[in-house]
Amino acid sequence: MATKTPSSTGAPGTHGAVLADPAPERDRPLVELRGAGKSYGNVRALHGVDLAVHPGRVTCVLGDNGAGKSTLIKIISGLHQHTEGEFLVDGEPVRFSSPRDALDRGIATVYQDLATVPLMPVWRNFFLGSEMTKGPWPVRRLDIARMKRTADEELRNMGIVLDDLEQPIGTLSGGQRQSVAIARAVYFGARVLILDEPTAALGVKQSGVVLKYIAAARERGLGVVFITHNPHHAYMVGDHFSVLRLGTLELSSARADITLEELTNHMAGGAELAALKHELAQVGGVDVDALPDDVPDAAGGPAPDSADKSDSTASDSTASDSTASDSTVSGTAEGKA
Amino acid sequence: MSMAPQAEPAALAPPAPGPQETDGRTRERPVALRLLARPEVGVFLGAVAVFVFFLIAAPTLRDGGSMATVLYQSSTIGIMALPVALLMIGGEFDLSAGVAVITSALTAGMLSYQLTMNVWMGVVVALVASLAVGAFNGWVLVKTGLPSFLVTLATFLVLQGVNLAVTKLVTGNVATDDISDMDGFDQAKALFASSFDVGGIEVKITVVWWLVFAALATWVLLRTKYGNWIFAVGGSQESARAVGVPVTFTKITLFMLVGFGAWFVGMHQLFSFNTVQSGEGVGQELIYIAAAVIGGCLLTGGYGSAIGPVFGAFMFGMVNQGIVFAGWNPDWFKAFLGVMLLGAVLINLYVRRAATRR
Ligand SMILES: Nc1ncnc2c1ncn2[C@@H]1O[C@H](COP(=O)(O)OP(=O)(O)OP(=O)(O)O)[C@@H](O)[C@H]1O
Ligand SMILES: [Mg+2]
Repeated sequence: MATKTPSSTGAPGTHGAVLADPAPERDRPLVELRGAGKSYGNVRALHGVDLAVHPGRVTCVLGDNGAGKSTLIKIISGLHQHTEGEFLVDGEPVRFSSPRDALDRGIATVYQDLATVPLMPVWRNFFLGSEMTKGPWPVRRLDIARMKRTADEELRNMGIVLDDLEQPIGTLSGGQRQSVAIARAVYFGARVLILDEPTAALGVKQSGVVLKYIAAARERGLGVVFITHNPHHAYMVGDHFSVLRLGTLELSSARADITLEELTNHMAGGAELAALKHELAQVGGVDVDALPDDVPDAAGGPAPDSADKSDSTASDSTASDSTASDSTVSGTAEGKA
Repeated sequence: MSMAPQAEPAALAPPAPGPQETDGRTRERPVALRLLARPEVGVFLGAVAVFVFFLIAAPTLRDGGSMATVLYQSSTIGIMALPVALLMIGGEFDLSAGVAVITSALTAGMLSYQLTMNVWMGVVVALVASLAVGAFNGWVLVKTGLPSFLVTLATFLVLQGVNLAVTKLVTGNVATDDISDMDGFDQAKALFASSFDVGGIEVKITVVWWLVFAALATWVLLRTKYGNWIFAVGGSQESARAVGVPVTFTKITLFMLVGFGAWFVGMHQLFSFNTVQSGEGVGQELIYIAAAVIGGCLLTGGYGSAIGPVFGAFMFGMVNQGIVFAGWNPDWFKAFLGVMLLGAVLINLYVRRAATRR
């Protein structure tokens, strides 16, 4: 059960082979950045960042717009190369020349811009770059029936039901496209799953499903990098939190050492939201009381009971998340068997 | 905790609905509309229209021999239109395709004659040269990131000049020497430029090659990994790269496929006329591109088919011969083509909009 992964459906490709390795000891990071940085010409987007992705742990990366979050994960997913520091996979320094290298090592990514080809059918997008084939070489061809079936199953597991997998993915809604991208990464990410703001365009139900997927991936022993603007989402599933600010690490903390309030505060949003709420109150016409309370509370010295309340709610939901994820996974596994 | 509710038990029911469930908002699309979603449907209707029109306007075309001529004419355009179409679906185009045909033919013709070798030697060297020109185009494009218009425009000019200058240098003439009495000529002619008899009508072998290549291209495009990659690099190169499609490999091999097509058509010209005029081929590249566009390929890439350009090339052959058989001034040909091109593009645009609308 813990080793049940998509590749057990017999998907061809390297991720199955990678999985066949015995699970590495829990404390050796799958992926590690040491003092890594990246400059685009003379723009230094990232500098001196340490990050470790352990099996069975969720590493959350938070930060403002332009803080360098996407740049960070693009290094890990092979889309860009770091220009300073070290990047290690399984303890060995690497330099990926293309996303193919990362995929071959079991690292799959949901990109912020989703990386889909609008005019291609949904199922072709799902398997793009990792197509299932059948037959010997000269007549090796796409196994279309199996790909459609698998894509349909994986999407249904996400709660996305499409009438027609042949429709161009460009005709789907933004959230549906995002779900396809996530389902694809979950399916192909054999060891490390990277999600760049996966819940940004999603409704409440789908966001919940994504968080459950993250928890489920952790249960299966995958390392997860979860990028988000939302400290609540991060705190529900995260084991480690890194906050980026202007390309450098502002905070790197294990879950045990930080509360949701502190995390929220560390995100640049905290103090500014308080100021914003204050401004909105003066403008009038905005029902300030209806806005969430905890953010300004956190900024202006948290009232103890309020902090307790949100904290316990958060851990409650995390706990129920894990139980839920078990059922999700077993449901998935039965579907695949 | 504005996000807490979603983690409450109500949302924790298994998210997977039953397998029979549909989202219930889309009506089943009418079959006609789904058919129209195919890129080759517009051009098919156009080809039928042109066909019927000329059968009425030029009664002599109804004869089997004239039809064979139309098909032959179509095939020499069609064989090149196929790789040009694949390249276009892959998001690029090749302005050097027309003169590359002549470059290939000149290479084979002059090498064989000057070194008095078996013609097959020349044929093989020409193939290597053609593939190399294609690989060069692709490699420069990928390495520099320049638009293919510029890269292949440069190749076009270079090849055009080289064709004329080298031929002059080697033969002292504007054409190559006749190679029809050389070793291996008959074999090569049988392969590239023979004809065979179907019920008393003489059909050129290029027609067969054309249809074989079209079937092969269709299979590759729709049923193989490589075909998937072609659509992807043309539709969104960055996305394709991000999910692990070998973009560089795909682009370079597509240009090499055009090189292969140029070689094949070049060999056909060499072995049907025995000599090659070094100044030919200019302008043909636009005919190939037009056939691909009329065939429903999107000029900006990511959409199209291999069957569409078959009908596109057929329309060319039909109009070309139809005007002659109808007894009109052949100067009308280009004007007719322009109208056809615009009409086809508009029909394709309309069809695609109608078909992708839900
Ligand atoms: N290809 C590029 N060329 C030049 N500069 C870039 C490039 N990509 C990103 N940058 C710069 O790097 C910085 C970090 O960008 P990045 O996309 O990593 O931010 P982010 O944290 O993901 O932001 P967001 O929350 O908006 O997604 C920005 O200042 C951006 O302008
Ligand atoms: Mg980003």
